[in-house]
Amino acid sequence: MCPRNSLAALPWFHEALPRLDSPPTTAYPRPIMYKHRVIDEPGRRLLRMTVNDSAIEIAVRPHKTLLEVLREDLFLTGTKHGCELGECGTCAILVDGEPVLSCLVLAIACEGKEIRTIEGMADGPELHPLQTTFADLGAAQCGYCTPGFLLTAQALLDENPDPTRQEIKNALAGNLCRCTGYLKIYEAVELAAKRMRNGSDSEAKR
Amino acid sequence: MSEYRVIGKPLRKVDATDKVLGKTLFADDLIKPRMLFCKLLRSHIPHGTVGKVDIGPALAMPGVIAGLIGEDLPTTFGILPISQDEHALALDKVRFVGDPIAAIVAEDEETAEAAIHLIQAELEPLDSISSIDQAIRTPEPRIHDYGAYGNIHKLVNLEFGDVEEGFAEADHVREDMVFFEGNTHLPIEQHASLADWSPDGKLTLWSSTQTPHYVHKALARVLGMPAARIRVIACPNGGGFGGKSDPFNHEIVVAELARRTGRPVKITLTREEVFYCHRGRHPILMRVKSGVKKDGSITGMHFQSLLDGGGYGSYGVASTFYSGALQTVTYNIKRYKFDGARMFTNKPPCGPKRGHGTPQPRHALEVHLDKIAEDLHLDPAEMRLNNLVPPDSVTANYLKVGTMGLGKCIEKVIEGSGWKEKHRKMPHGRGIGIACSSYLSGAGLPIYWNSMPHSGVMLKLDRGGGVAVFCGSIDIGQGSDSVLAYVVAEVLGIDPFDIRVVTADTDLTPVDLGSYSSRVTLMSGNAALQAAEKARELLAQAAAEKLEVPSGEIVFADGRVFWASDPEKGMSFAKAVVAAESKFGTIGTVGSYTPPRSPGQYKGAGVGPSPAYSYSAAIAEVDVDPETGIVSARKIWIGHDIGQSINPMLVIGQVEGGVYMGLGEALMEEMAYRDRVNIVHKTPSMLDYKSPTTHEMCEVETYLVEDPDPNGPFGAKEVGQGPLLPTIPAIANAVYDAVGVRIDEVPITPEKVLRAIRAKEKGKDPRIGPTKFPEPEWSEPLVVPPPWEGGDGKPVEKKEVAG
Ligand code: FES
Ligand code: FES
Repeated sequence: MCPRNSLAALPWFHEALPRLDSPPTTAYPRPIMYKHRVIDEPGRRLLRMTVNDSAIEIAVRPHKTLLEVLREDLFLTGTKHGCELGECGTCAILVDGEPVLSCLVLAIACEGKEIRTIEGMADGPELHPLQTTFADLGAAQCGYCTPGFLLTAQALLDENPDPTRQEIKNALAGNLCRCTGYLKIYEAVELAAKRMRNGSDSEAKR
Repeated sequence: MSEYRVIGKPLRKVDATDKVLGKTLFADDLIKPRMLFCKLLRSHIPHGTVGKVDIGPALAMPGVIAGLIGEDLPTTFGILPISQDEHALALDKVRFVGDPIAAIVAEDEETAEAAIHLIQAELEPLDSISSIDQAIRTPEPRIHDYGAYGNIHKLVNLEFGDVEEGFAEADHVREDMVFFEGNTHLPIEQHASLADWSPDGKLTLWSSTQTPHYVHKALARVLGMPAARIRVIACPNGGGFGGKSDPFNHEIVVAELARRTGRPVKITLTREEVFYCHRGRHPILMRVKSGVKKDGSITGMHFQSLLDGGGYGSYGVASTFYSGALQTVTYNIKRYKFDGARMFTNKPPCGPKRGHGTPQPRHALEVHLDKIAEDLHLDPAEMRLNNLVPPDSVTANYLKVGTMGLGKCIEKVIEGSGWKEKHRKMPHGRGIGIACSSYLSGAGLPIYWNSMPHSGVMLKLDRGGGVAVFCGSIDIGQGSDSVLAYVVAEVLGIDPFDIRVVTADTDLTPVDLGSYSSRVTLMSGNAALQAAEKARELLAQAAAEKLEVPSGEIVFADGRVFWASDPEKGMSFAKAVVAAESKFGTIGTVGSYTPPRSPGQYKGAGVGPSPAYSYSAAIAEVDVDPETGIVSARKIWIGHDIGQSINPMLVIGQVEGGVYMGLGEALMEEMAYRDRVNIVHKTPSMLDYKSPTTHEMCEVETYLVEDPDPNGPFGAKEVGQGPLLPTIPAIANAVYDAVGVRIDEVPITPEKVLRAIRAKEKGKDPRIGPTKFPEPEWSEPLVVPPPWEGGDGKPVEKKEVAG
């Protein structure tokens, strides 16, 4: 290696050499100095509901869906979306224990309701039995459809602790999963149901 | 007894707990202070020139911050160096309905959406092209001004031995035509990207991409910035299947908008936009002609593919080669000729979907073989078994086959399904069919020419005993993060759940080319193995010195580093790191992987080679309702030659997912377009684009065939794509067994089945499928004699014939 001090004696040393790779963008446009204009927005409405056992009060735009309010106003991004048109089941959450597509409900229609999202499925550090079996049996591949499946399955098991394979299929028919081919999901639901029936998981019922 | 403690065990994925808690952050889950939202104006016409695009009225809207048009980003890009044919926003032309024209960024999504409608874009319609046939017949107007000629993007003509000679030598020659309609990935996660610009002139892009490295390159090119100032972070993908493998317009647009506004900019595509982004399965019209001996051995095969490429190049040149490449790695083919042509049409661009360019020809081939077996009065399963490519051989087109477990796969499914008792023996309406396939464990050559590794891994060991793995690979649900952890854990004898995995961040992680071509387990797995072995060596030396035993006798297991002869004589893993760090300094190691060279030396030989081929055999049992034509799969038995499962639970998950996707492609999924002029997608929604729900999905019985491949980490081969391939032809062959009609057109919809059944009842040809094969002007084939004819992998020089 050339010692530094001997380089300094060379004629080119005191000028910057041109870059060999793509030129740096000194000419990138300056950030646009925009005028901050408040968007004309329709009045917000006060909404009270219980989300994952916490009473909340929030001012929402009246045309916002529950999905949008959960994700964008409450930062509960565990609820996912695949279509926002009620076609894929990805955004399923529980409203008063019933599975509901949150992309199809207006948030203000949930006044006074009890909402449960994936963030409220585990009991503190204890996973819900369905969460455990989904993780252990490979029922979540990319995991994007998983919150919707888990909550829909929870509603099923709350109602029917010992579903047949066909009943599981029926309950989950509105949820699309592109990764698993559903089979590992059935197995996970069945194993969780069995564990919940045997009461081997103390937090089985919520 | 397995010799491993982690490898081969059905462990939870390292990220599974996050996923079931909804904690995994996908691209659209990212929120930044002062974040802006972007929307794109997309073309509503399939083909046209772009005149003035006036975003002024949109910019005047309260809440709108900035906008972009084509001129703002004039540099082209594209995934392949030979097809840099896309603009971030249409500059001169739009080439399909959905081609982006302008972008608006605003304080919120609704405002951006509303502002889009205020943009005035002058589009002058041009004649549009909607099919393969039309593309061949219509050289003008050209959709692109590059390519083979007219609207033919790419021509491939390869000849390995004289097929005519093969046909002459045959006892039977058969020709079939099959059409495979295009379909799309439909990942449940819509594409999303977030860009942020820092005041020191650096850009960060978070994106749902399978190929952060290529996005990095495209951003540097289009934005004219040094790559060193760009950081691309691929977020976990909510499914990819190939659909997030191209650099996309929206990624470049939000990057530029972040640069201009100095604020974070996010875009999330609507589901309809995802349909128009596409890059999915190419529709391919295929003609295959084979000469066979009485025992079904193939004396010569001529395969022709015409691909409907859509509006841009994307991976299309590779897809074209792929549609002719892997026919040869399953059954012995003595002479092989391939002609492929890809057309430009005014549809969303096609690209790679699970199996990239190979499921269509595989389908045609396996249906063709089913018909040949019937012609020869042979059992189709036996016929396949008797003609397998031997392990450790080179095919006619110079693909090097290593381990080859297809025979075992076939035997497993024959036995499991009760094939012998069922084939041609079940009542009308119920049928069974078989098909086989093979797929790459990563492509032998990179997308852009270079001699650097395809995958790199860095390992950092902390004196507290912590191990961090850094790798450019991106987990798209297949479990690549877990594979890295399992491999390192196995070598270092630690718990995979103690390992920190950092992936897919161009600032932090060494390059991995991306999650495509089923390359990640083999390539990043090998790189991880190498890095871990180097670290192990350092720790072993230091520990041996402390323990005063030979370093070759040091064992790593269960978080301990100890002498093989006496586990008591040892120390904790953390202590071993301390010893090593004291001896050598900071402990960090690297590993990298470059695939072996392949024997083919002709132009095009770069597509098809792989360090290892996986093999699959599937048997499908179906019910066909003769009254409605509805096909329902009862059960699919599938054998998959995985080499060695790194985690059998994840392997089976991939098999089931592949079978599921194959089932959807076989029976219902199609990218269909409305009318010949406007070429609007018929079903750009999840409701209308039919994909299997729990009701359509059938039972799957998986058999894993394990015969470790010397090129794979611990012997592992791929599973992400292969099992999709045999599913589709197995179903088609089962439909024939059930009701005696051939639907040589995928998807096999009830309407087609019913039409064929009605024809059969009337004594007409009970086949639905293409009858015409439009011929483009093929080029002179490249002639490469196969190895057994004295070839050396190089083309023979054409002698000029004197006038
Ligand atoms: S996002 Fe609600 S059903 Fe698809
Ligand atoms: S796990 Fe990926 S969509 Fe279901």
